[in-house]
Amino acid sequence: MREFDYYRAGSVRDAAKKLAAAGNPMLLAGGMTLLPALKMRLNEPSALIDLAGIDELKGVRLGRKAARVGATTTHAEVSGNVELRAAIPALSQAAESIGDPQVRNRGTLGGSLANNDPAADYPAVALGLGATVITNKRKIAADEFFKGMFETALRSGELVTEVLFPLPQRAGYAKFPNPATRYALAGVCVAQFKSGARVAVTGAGTSVHRLKDFEEALNEDFSPGALEGLSVSAASMNDDMHASAEYRAHLVGVMARRAVRMALG
Amino acid sequence: MSGNRGIGAAAPRSEDRRFITGRGRYVDDINLRSQRYAWFVRSPHPHAEVRGVDAEQALRMPGVAAVLTGADLQADGIGPLPVAWGITSMDGSPAVEPEFPALATDRVRYVGNPVAVVIADTRAAARDAAEKVNVHYQELDSVSNAAAAMEEGAPQLHDAAEGNLCFNWEWLPSAMAPEARANTDRAFREAAHVVSLELVNNRLVPNAMEPRASLADFNPGTGQLTLYATSQNPHVNRLLLCTATLKMPEHKVRVVAPDVGGGFGSKIYHYAEELVVCWASRRLGVPVKWTAERSESFLGDAQGRDHLTRVELALDADARFTGLRVDTIANLGGWLSAFGPAIPTVFYAPLLAGVYKTPNIYVTVKGVFTNTTPTDAYRGAGRPEACYAIERIVDEAAAQLRMDPAEIRRRNFIPPDEFPYQSPVGQLYDSGDFEGCLNLAMELNGYAGFDQRRRQSEARGKLRGRGMSFYIEACGAAPSQAAGQLGARAGLYEVATVRVHPTGAVQVMTGAHSHGQSHETTFAQIVADRLGVDFGNVEVVHGDTGEVPFGMGTYGSRSLAVGGSALVKAIDKVIEKGRKIAAHLLEAAADDIEFSEGQFRVAGTGREVAFGDVALAAYVPHNYPLQELEPGLEETSFFDPENFTFPSGCYICEVEVDPGTGVVELCDFVAADDFGNLINPMVVEGQVHGGLAQGIGQALMEHCRYTPEGQLLTGSYMDYCMPRADDLPSFKVATRSTPTPFNPLGVKGCGEAGAIGAPPAVINALLDALRPLGVTHIDMPATPNAVWQAIQAAQAVE
Ligand SMILES: Cc1cc2nc3c(=O)[nH]c(=O)nc-3n(C[C@H](O)[C@H](O)[C@H](O)COP(=O)(O)OP(=O)(O)OC[C@H]3O[C@@H](n4cnc5c(N)ncnc54)[C@H](O)[C@@H]3O)c2cc1C
Repeated sequence: MREFDYYRAGSVRDAAKKLAAAGNPMLLAGGMTLLPALKMRLNEPSALIDLAGIDELKGVRLGRKAARVGATTTHAEVSGNVELRAAIPALSQAAESIGDPQVRNRGTLGGSLANNDPAADYPAVALGLGATVITNKRKIAADEFFKGMFETALRSGELVTEVLFPLPQRAGYAKFPNPATRYALAGVCVAQFKSGARVAVTGAGTSVHRLKDFEEALNEDFSPGALEGLSVSAASMNDDMHASAEYRAHLVGVMARRAVRMALG
Repeated sequence: MSGNRGIGAAAPRSEDRRFITGRGRYVDDINLRSQRYAWFVRSPHPHAEVRGVDAEQALRMPGVAAVLTGADLQADGIGPLPVAWGITSMDGSPAVEPEFPALATDRVRYVGNPVAVVIADTRAAARDAAEKVNVHYQELDSVSNAAAAMEEGAPQLHDAAEGNLCFNWEWLPSAMAPEARANTDRAFREAAHVVSLELVNNRLVPNAMEPRASLADFNPGTGQLTLYATSQNPHVNRLLLCTATLKMPEHKVRVVAPDVGGGFGSKIYHYAEELVVCWASRRLGVPVKWTAERSESFLGDAQGRDHLTRVELALDADARFTGLRVDTIANLGGWLSAFGPAIPTVFYAPLLAGVYKTPNIYVTVKGVFTNTTPTDAYRGAGRPEACYAIERIVDEAAAQLRMDPAEIRRRNFIPPDEFPYQSPVGQLYDSGDFEGCLNLAMELNGYAGFDQRRRQSEARGKLRGRGMSFYIEACGAAPSQAAGQLGARAGLYEVATVRVHPTGAVQVMTGAHSHGQSHETTFAQIVADRLGVDFGNVEVVHGDTGEVPFGMGTYGSRSLAVGGSALVKAIDKVIEKGRKIAAHLLEAAADDIEFSEGQFRVAGTGREVAFGDVALAAYVPHNYPLQELEPGLEETSFFDPENFTFPSGCYICEVEVDPGTGVVELCDFVAADDFGNLINPMVVEGQVHGGLAQGIGQALMEHCRYTPEGQLLTGSYMDYCMPRADDLPSFKVATRSTPTPFNPLGVKGCGEAGAIGAPPAVINALLDALRPLGVTHIDMPATPNAVWQAIQAAQAVE
């Protein structure tokens, strides 16, 4: 870790103003990703702007058509919210599959989405549910938000304030954990809306992405059987010491069917 | 008076209060005035010439006190890191022991090899400056796999080690080897069945919870050096500092190993970092501290295992074992760690008889240098590798002969009436009841109900398998003469002092060191039991060369068998002296004095005097036989064992495999161990649990991996998979004890058993599950990816 300044922001405006300052200031949410990176000197911010004191960024508000989750809501708060679990079980399932209790008590939804780790869980759920990421400047559809490995549509000076999850008819999230990190080796979110099915995959490829042919099959018939015989190409999969590309491709199919089963309850 | 805290009681651990309330005192908790911090510059290359170290820029950084290099080390006459065990190749030549300087002088041979050290006011300043040390490397070709390193044209690490061969060793020793070899070859020629396997014993990172740390404090005023170190054996560190590296007399060096959070072997050695902080403190005249970051532990702590083995078993028509041939390539790393050459040889081959009456055994081991972190003892140290080879090949034989794995073992066991049993590979087994342990394990597992459980699993789409293993290991190192004949450069006795204070309070100074083993509890139980004093009135002091007269430390499950025995001998001396004092006080003959439950008594009378009163008389000798006896009540014993001890046990594991994902779930794990007598069954159970967790980790999760060139791929927990509590089943553990006749407590040692017996039990169970799919072999760790690939490969063949 190198030396940096520390600000505890009082409001979104305050945080945005500090973020626009000279140097290389960074937002600090749960710190579960950022602090290890600082210790390993992978990031060298001039200042950290702590979002923890901003009340307007916290909490879950459930509407008739959508759930709004504040950016600094922790994974534990998401998975522990009973109404939210009833409305979007897939979101709760994803939140409770993240890390361990310590991580879930610190890590936040906004931090996870902004970081867009290619093996993180929330990006799959946000993309699978067709969420809208709300920032201090604009609204960004999930389909536009995730740009690639650790890359998002966020511009400098922009911070995530809230995420809007439309309520699906049903949805499920199935995750095969990496045995070492317990991030997703392959995680699949499936959701069914009146407008059609959505399927998003994390962990398996370079970034979270949708599976259009899986979606079409589920539009025909929202059942695990409908996905039987569908596969993803190993060529598009990550290949590393934890899992070969073929294995990941295979797991995507297994997890997709499992997610459908979970969605169907 | 010992109440429920005597020998055999599951007494709660005295250590726990301070650990649980955060009152432990670890090396990094100690801070001294004017303390500076060390940060090491380490090689990023697996193999390179060091052409020069330019420290100019670093020295100009704020707070930097010094930048020291290998050249400074040489100029100050600091000796190389010592090798503590000499091995002789089959041609009679000694193993190649290249000089291992604490800071590289001419070449680096693994990623993480220390090259220079920065000493600064803060750790951050030292680290900042270390980034500015400019090392001029000339990269060289490199190799990480031991078999590849032996190939023609492979990069050569050390000039003296042609073909990277450190030694080419055989067992038995040279005089007996030709006969052993000829007999074994004949057994194979005449065999009714021969089975063979090629096995990989995966390299492991020890991962003690507390990273290594050293704080050296040289006082220029007195010339006294105090080293606080995360050590399993502070006297050994002092011995090596004094004789091999710093070369100071013992009375000027004190080594303190305070609370230490786990070792598993990795904290035995005299490492570069501890030597360098001592030397730096002596040069600068200020205390110098180094605390490893976790990533340094991955690079710098001696790693474990890493064997490639071909094992062959010959059987007669009745499935009796007639011969065993083992050929192993052991990866030693870039340099020799202290016991590096001993672990894959003398701690391995003499255990290859296992629990079976195999008459003919011949073993060869090649030790090979590679561009990897040096390997050394890790929980089990040679014995897990031996057990894995035997128990895999025995199961393979059972599978090929379509025999029940229990039956083939039963048929080949050494029977209980043949102890002490002389094995063909040079060990005199003390005691055991293998059949009894097997029966106990089978009962706990519900052996007969397996087929039904297998059908239930099948109905859920899962493949169920059951596997067993039977280990025997040598603990209680060691009879010093035997160890010396095998190449040990130190004695391996243990030391205890029992100091009885005037009030009758007892302090025990032991040369063993507890870094998780609970000595403060178990050793106090022995004292409470033998002296009849209250458990709370006994304190166990360990880990300080300033307080404990001498000792060889804790590893190889030796503390109780050797250190506990030394303690008993010292207690016996205290009782003997007490008897003479009591005789005087009771006006009787010493021969007539009996001692039990804290009372000295004139035999056959009601006349007695309490232990505490005898202690008081020893220190206030108003009424005391001063003509015959010195005042005071304090005795020391050195105990050098007659033999090793041989714990053994049967483990049974049941797994369920999801063929769709390759996930292996442990459904049942039974451990039936023979540890001889137990001092504290709860502590023993804890040791078994920990060992099993590590053994299961090796079987299913852990693997230290390098690129072929030697870049570490698993340098953090993001890539190195450690077992977590929810990966493990609820263990069923039980013991069936046959006390060893070779020490006064009849104890054998329990620290490593789980890590030794678990891996083959797990893999045998997994193969039992997968054989119906055509999978006949899998290497550790059997990750979901590996299991799924094995299933795919087998099905592609069919
Ligand atoms: C041991 C461990 C295990 C984990 N396991 C998992 C797992 O299984 N699955 C998983 O998905 N994740 C896992 N994580 C990551 C965890 O979910 C983190 O919480 C998450 O990735 C980052 O959230 P955070 O609140 O901690 O963000 P921080 O670490 O504070 O920040 C991360 C990044 O996001 C930026 N940022 C934070 N908040 C905002 C905002 N509101 N607007 C814009 N930018 C912002 C920061 O500047 C920084 O660049 C694990 C982490 C750890 C330490």
